[in-house]
Parts: sequence; structure tokens; C-alpha cells
Amino acid sequence: MENENLIDGTNSKSPSFGGVGESPYIDLYKSHHESIKKHSTVVMNHIRDDAFALFEELHFPTVALENYKYTDLKAALSIDYGLNINRIPIPVNPYEVFTCDVPGIQSYLYFVVNDAFYPVNDARNKTLPKGVIIGSLNQIAENHPELVKQYFGKLSTTKKDGLIAFNGAFAQDGFFMFVPKNVVLDKPVQLVNIMRSDVDSMANSHNLIIFEEGAKAQLLVCDHTVDDVRFLSNRVTEVFVGENATYEHYKLENTHTKTTNLSTLLIDQQRSSTVLANIITLHNGQTRNTIEIDIDGENCETNLCGMVIADKNQQVDNFTSIIHNKPNCHSTELFKYVLDDMSKGGFTGKLYVAKNAQKTAAFQTNRNILLSKTAKMRTKPQLEIYADDVKCSHGATIGSLDETAKFYMQSRGISEKEARLLLMFAFTNDVIENIRIEALKDRIKILVEKRLRGELSKCEGCVICQ
Amino acid sequence: MSSNILDQVTQSDYKYGFTTDIETDIIPIGLSEEVVRLISAKKNEPEWMLEFRLKAYRHWLTMKLPTWAHLTIPDIDYQSIAYYAAPRKNAPQSLDEVDPELLKTFEKLGIPLEERMSLSGMAVDAVMDSVSVKTTFKDSLAEMGIIFCSFSEAVEHHPDLVQKYMSSVVPYTDNFFATLNCAVFSDGSFVYIPKGVRCPMELSTYFRINAINTGQFERTLIIADEDSYVSYLEGCTAPMRDENQLHAAIVEIVAMKNAQVKYSTVQNWYPGDKNGKGGIYNFVTKRGICKGDNSKISWTQVETGSAITWKYPSCILLGDNSSAEFYSVAVTNHHQQADTGTKMLHIGKNTSSHILSKGISAGQSHNSYRGLVRINPKAENARNFSQCDSLLLGDKCGAHTFPYLEVNNDSAIVEHEATTSKINEDQIFYCNQRGISTENAVGLIVNGYAKEVLNQLPMEFAVEAQKLLQITLEGSVG
Repeated sequence: MENENLIDGTNSKSPSFGGVGESPYIDLYKSHHESIKKHSTVVMNHIRDDAFALFEELHFPTVALENYKYTDLKAALSIDYGLNINRIPIPVNPYEVFTCDVPGIQSYLYFVVNDAFYPVNDARNKTLPKGVIIGSLNQIAENHPELVKQYFGKLSTTKKDGLIAFNGAFAQDGFFMFVPKNVVLDKPVQLVNIMRSDVDSMANSHNLIIFEEGAKAQLLVCDHTVDDVRFLSNRVTEVFVGENATYEHYKLENTHTKTTNLSTLLIDQQRSSTVLANIITLHNGQTRNTIEIDIDGENCETNLCGMVIADKNQQVDNFTSIIHNKPNCHSTELFKYVLDDMSKGGFTGKLYVAKNAQKTAAFQTNRNILLSKTAKMRTKPQLEIYADDVKCSHGATIGSLDETAKFYMQSRGISEKEARLLLMFAFTNDVIENIRIEALKDRIKILVEKRLRGELSKCEGCVICQ
Repeated sequence: MSSNILDQVTQSDYKYGFTTDIETDIIPIGLSEEVVRLISAKKNEPEWMLEFRLKAYRHWLTMKLPTWAHLTIPDIDYQSIAYYAAPRKNAPQSLDEVDPELLKTFEKLGIPLEERMSLSGMAVDAVMDSVSVKTTFKDSLAEMGIIFCSFSEAVEHHPDLVQKYMSSVVPYTDNFFATLNCAVFSDGSFVYIPKGVRCPMELSTYFRINAINTGQFERTLIIADEDSYVSYLEGCTAPMRDENQLHAAIVEIVAMKNAQVKYSTVQNWYPGDKNGKGGIYNFVTKRGICKGDNSKISWTQVETGSAITWKYPSCILLGDNSSAEFYSVAVTNHHQQADTGTKMLHIGKNTSSHILSKGISAGQSHNSYRGLVRINPKAENARNFSQCDSLLLGDKCGAHTFPYLEVNNDSAIVEHEATTSKINEDQIFYCNQRGISTENAVGLIVNGYAKEVLNQLPMEFAVEAQKLLQITLEGSVG
């Protein structure tokens, strides 16, 4: 083992690195692509050079791009992150650092530490139904190359996006989940992403989730950070939902203010499938969630929702697009933001109805509350419709709390503080109601309440806030 | 049955298509510094005007065609356009001196000048091609201190006002087409309403693109001084033509304290034939500024023509308590493309804006609403409500909405809603049951759908607008 390459800091190699941009990564790839490939698998290496070529062309996205108009990554990308390209194991006990547990949740529990799947021998995971495969993408690509090959990169390589291309070039591992035909998981699968490092570091991981015909399961993804250093994670998740399958995706982010979380969720839906995605950001530094749902079969049901509670200098941008390629599908989208202090919110909701997607019903709502003079919200709902027999709508509002409602409660003996809280809680509640895991719903209710009371503007167990 | 009606209507020819034979004074095609100088010289402009044009031209050379709009813009060869055309017989003193051919043109459009003058009491500043031909009611307006004249006259007689306000709302660097206009604009209208004056009649200009291969570059400047009011109408029809014509106009409105300006447009330029051949390219920059407190600007537009429409009448709400409105009906058929909407920039305190946009697309057309509402950090208690609805007639057309809401102040209330749907078949069925033909039912429903906007138009325009809607759409859905 070459210990000096434990964390491959890019700074030591390129003196020209002025703390900005993509050139050190381009140099790094050129000089180290052999060792990147060596520590990954054939399937992932298959797309690597093309992805790198695309990244060389596109570079990191800037605000000049329409899709990144509200995500300014300049500051986050000017930091010299280390990359663990030689896959040196990180000494960590995930159970110890993973403190934001959901009490009462019965789940199959898995960890990804930084960018690597972290194998744990958990008794809970032994009861997985037969045929279900969950584990390290790297590992499973070795054991089941045909299965992985059939799906890997099928969505991500079609996108012209600098971050996805960067991920394609540098990601070496990730989480893999396969649910075979007609298998229904009795418990949710929980994936915990933990960022742990002693120096500023970056993690690229690629998750692949495959649901065969009639499969049904829930996935809960939690993002956490441990150490008081700057992190950047760039994760791409590809999800293939087969005919009649049901997939529920919950993403709960509770990281610290020095984290930049770039996450791309690409979902492909086949005939009569159901997808529920719920993206909740409670505490973070800068977050960009790109969510693209392609509806490629008839009679699909899509429900995308999310919630953001932000204060201090937090930035959250949810960039969503739902693409109706086939007729008779139904989609709803609901995003709610509560922004305080100097926080910045961004929302883009693109609804695309292709030429032949008749009888589409698609509805989108984005509501935002600004609690301070300095909070900022940017919203951009979009409809692009090429079929005539459709019912589509979107609505967006930005405002502050309803003074009359507050007054009404105050006149009935509820303190101003409680009244504010009640209003905010009611505001976020319809996103929480969309959660179909009871234990998680209760937990999030408590977290949101704590968050709104200001108790959780620091996260539990995180070193910065202690 | 229904497809017959559809064919009948959607394939009906442009009813206002004809060319008037008037000798026009055209300078050689192409664009260069000499051409800019030549235009300026032909118009006997003062030195500062030439300087302004040259500054704009030099800046334009550094600019690129914007690509963000949801439009497919064919390559435009700016060197194959004649940048100046004026009817030979300039500045007639009375109606008798106006070219009879020109008068006939207006008559065919159903707006005989005499009629207008005597019956509707309207002052018409008729613009054919680029030079103002006839200005009526000038005297009675002049008595009140109102200046309503062509832009060139304003440059000649009121250089102080022109110098002070021209380009103060739309700077010469604003965008590709606005900059081009600044360099080569030929003529346009100028309105000044003095303090405390309520303009007694609706001011109206009819624009008409006439000569072959002539880009038309007008400039309109409306200044409403304190406590004044004016309602301004702009209407366009153009003859049928095979080659595409470029049109890049600028409209600037300045509203001082307590002033109110209402600007209404009916735009029916030649949209191209049913195969998408020909038609006007309409790239317009319209912007108003509510400079003083309590001022108000209202834009109303009915857009039925042009092969490509690129138009965003905007308002800068600078004064406290100022307000702005934008009402729009945009109809596209065949291969027309429209990308239109508004920008509302809230800067002052207690400002409010209201946006109502109705898009109707038929045939293979694309109709987009694109709008920005920005609340600046110091714009306390700003209020905005936007509604943009789209109606689809046919399965080959597209309707798109691109709203941008940017809020930097927590006291703001910003609301936006949009819907897209096709004509309700139940409603058509209901009408059919009661003996109303499908064709009439569609007309009824579309007119009802656009009613909120049409109601904002002055009487004379409302009638024309309704007719236009019917011509373009009646029976497009069976």
C-alpha cells in the first residue's frame, strides 16, 4: 500500500492549482486513471473514459447554465479536496457515528462511508427475502456482471451534465440493490451515507437500484457528516422501476454547514409502476438535488415531494424534472420551503409532456415562506407541453406567515411564538403526510418540530455543533 | 365533419394580405457604419443622434443572437436587409396631399383616417413604413401642451426631451435587437403629456410594414409627467409577403409621480402561410418605468400575427406605491412561434403587479409564456399575482410556461399559477345540444377564455381583437 496516497490530495501535485475549478481533477485523472480503474470494476470502468471526455468538454456547471442558474458552486469547488482513489479503508465504526437513528424503525441497514460501501455484519440484514441482492456495487459487479451491465449507466450516460460526467469519471463504488420479480420487502432498506475524514475531502459514488416486475420496497437514504472538515459529495443514483413495481425513495439530509451535497437521482418508470420520492433537507451547508423522473410506460403514478428548512447561510436547490413520455400517467409534485436568516432556496420544477403522452394529468405546487429580510427564494416552475389532451397545472407562492391567522390564534390565548410554530408546522405537514413509513413519519415530525423551535439548527452528534 | 371545419379555418388565407404600390425611397441593402451615417443624414439628424447610433452600432457588432428563448430562429442575414424606406411624398400638409394609395390601404384595413378623425375623435399618427405620414389632431392636442408627433419631429423640435429620456429605460446595450434598433431606427412616435393633463382622447398609431425587404425599426417614447394620464394604442397589420421580414422595435414609457399610462397593442402581422413559409419576425423590446410615486403602467396585448414573436413588455417599479399590469392574449396557429411574457422588477416600497397571460396554440405552433418577477431586498410589502393559462387546440402544437420568481424580501407576497388544458368537450357538447354549431361554440369558448384580457382593451380595439381571434381560431377543434 502506498500510504502517501491515502488521501490523494491534488494540491501536492499541481502547483498551478489556484484553488479553482476543474483543471486539477483533469490532471489527476490523466495521471491516475490507471489506479482509479484498478480499484474499481470493469462495468464502471466501461463508461469512465467517455465520462471523463464529456467532463473535459462540459467542466463543472456554473450559474451561466440555465439548469444551474440558482446553484452557485464556485465557492464549494474552489476548495482543495482529497480523493481516496486508492480505496484505503477508513477507520470508522458506523454504528458509533450514526446517531440520528429513527427509533422503532425496523429496517435493513447499510452504510456507505465517504464513497465506499461499508460492509457490516448486521443480524437484521440476514432476513432479506431470497433473490434480493444488496451490497457494494463494486463487489456485485464482479459477482453478477451481466445483471449490473444491463442497467449501469443507462440513464446517467444519456445526460449532458458536468457533475454526472465527473461522477462517471471518478466514482469507484456505491450502493447496489436488486429486488427480483414480485418480491415485496417487508421492511424498508436504510442506506446511511457517512462522511468521515481528517482532511477536506470529496466523495463520488454511484448507486444502482433495480426493481423487477411487481417488486415493491422502500429505500431510506440518510446523509450524515462526522468531522469538522469540509466535505463535498457528488452522488449519482440510478433507479429502474419495472412493470407494476412500487418504489419509494426517502432522502433525509442532516449534515453540517461545511458540507456540499450534490446528489442526482435518475428514475426510469415502466408500465403501471408507482414511484414516491420524498426529499427532505433539514440541515445542510449547500445542497443541490437533481431529480429526473422519466415515465416510459403507460398508467404510471408518480409522486414527488420535498421539504426544506434552512437558516444561517444554508443553500438548497432542488432541480426536478418529470418527463411524461407515455399516455395515461399521473404525476403530482409538491415542494415546501421555510427559509430563515441568510439562507437561499432554489426550486426548478420542469414538467414535460411529450407529443403522444395524451391523457396526462400532472400537477405541481411549490410554496415558500421567508422568515427573515435576508432570506432569498428563487423559483422556476416550468411547463413544456406538446400534447393537447392533458390537464397540467403549476402554482408557486412566496410569502411570509399569515398575519391574520397568527392574530386569530393570539386572540385565543396562544402565544405568538407558539402560533408561529403551529403555522409553520401546518405548512410543512402535508409533505410529511406523504411519508408511508410510520416510524419515519413520527421521527420527522419530531425533528421538524425541534428544528422549527430552533433546537435542531445544530444536528445531534455533529462535531461542529457540540 | 369536424376536420372540414378545421381545414376551412386553419387554411383560410390572411385576410389583410395585399401590397400597396407606393414608390418608396430605399437605400441599398446591407448594414455598415456608412449605412448608419446615411440614415442619420437622410433624416437631417443632429450630431448627438448620429453619435448615439454609431455607439449602438459598434456595440451591436460585439453582440450575439440570444438563444435562450424557446424559438427556432432561422439565420437572419443582416446584410440582405434594407434599413431605410420612406414614402417619397414626405410630410403632407393636408389629407389631399396624402397619397391616395396610402389612404386606400387604411381603408382596406377598415380604418379610414377621416372616419377616425370625425367619428371616434382619435388622433391618428399613421406610420407607413418608417416615416410618419400623417399626424392628425395635433393642434387640439397642442393646445393642452400635449406633444404627439413622429420621432424625427421630436428630435428636431424637442431635442431636450428626447435627449433626456431616450434610452433611459432601454439602454442601447440592452439586448441584441434593441441595440440594432438604436443603430438603425428610422422613425416612430413620440408622446409627451405635461403635468396635470389628462389626455382627452386615445392616441393611436397604425404601423404597417410595406416595402419588400424592408426591416422596420420604430422607436416609441412616451413620457407622462406628474399627475397625467394617457392611453396609447398600437395596432399592426401587414401585407402578404413571401420573404421574411425583420422587425425590431423599441417602446419606452416613463411615468412620473401619480401618472398613469395605458398601452394597448393588437398585433396582426403576416404570420406566414400554413406551411410556415414567410411571415414577420417580431423582436420587440418594450419597457416602462414607474419613476415617480403612485404611478401606474398597464400593458395590454393581443398577439395573433408574426411568424416569430419575441416580446416581453416589462415594468420597473421604482416609485413607492407604484403598480403595473400586464394583460396578454397570444394566439399561434400553423407554424407560428411565440415566446412572450413580461418582467416585473419591484424596487420601490408597496409596489404591486398583476400578470394575466392567456396562450392559445393551434396547428403546429409553439406558444410560450416567459416571465420574471423580481422583488429587490428593499422593496417592502411588494405584491404580485400572476396567472398564465394555456389552451391547446390540436395535438401537434405546444404550450409552455417558464416563470421565474426571485424574492429577496420577506414582506413580499408573490403568487403564480398556471394551467394547461384543451377545450372542454363537455362545454362544446353543451353548446351543440342547444343548437350552437361546433364552430361557434369554439369561438364562444375561446372568446370567453380571453375575455378578461379583451375587457382591458379600449372599445375600438376590443372589436378588432375579437374578430382577429375568430379569424385565427374559430372551429379549430371539432
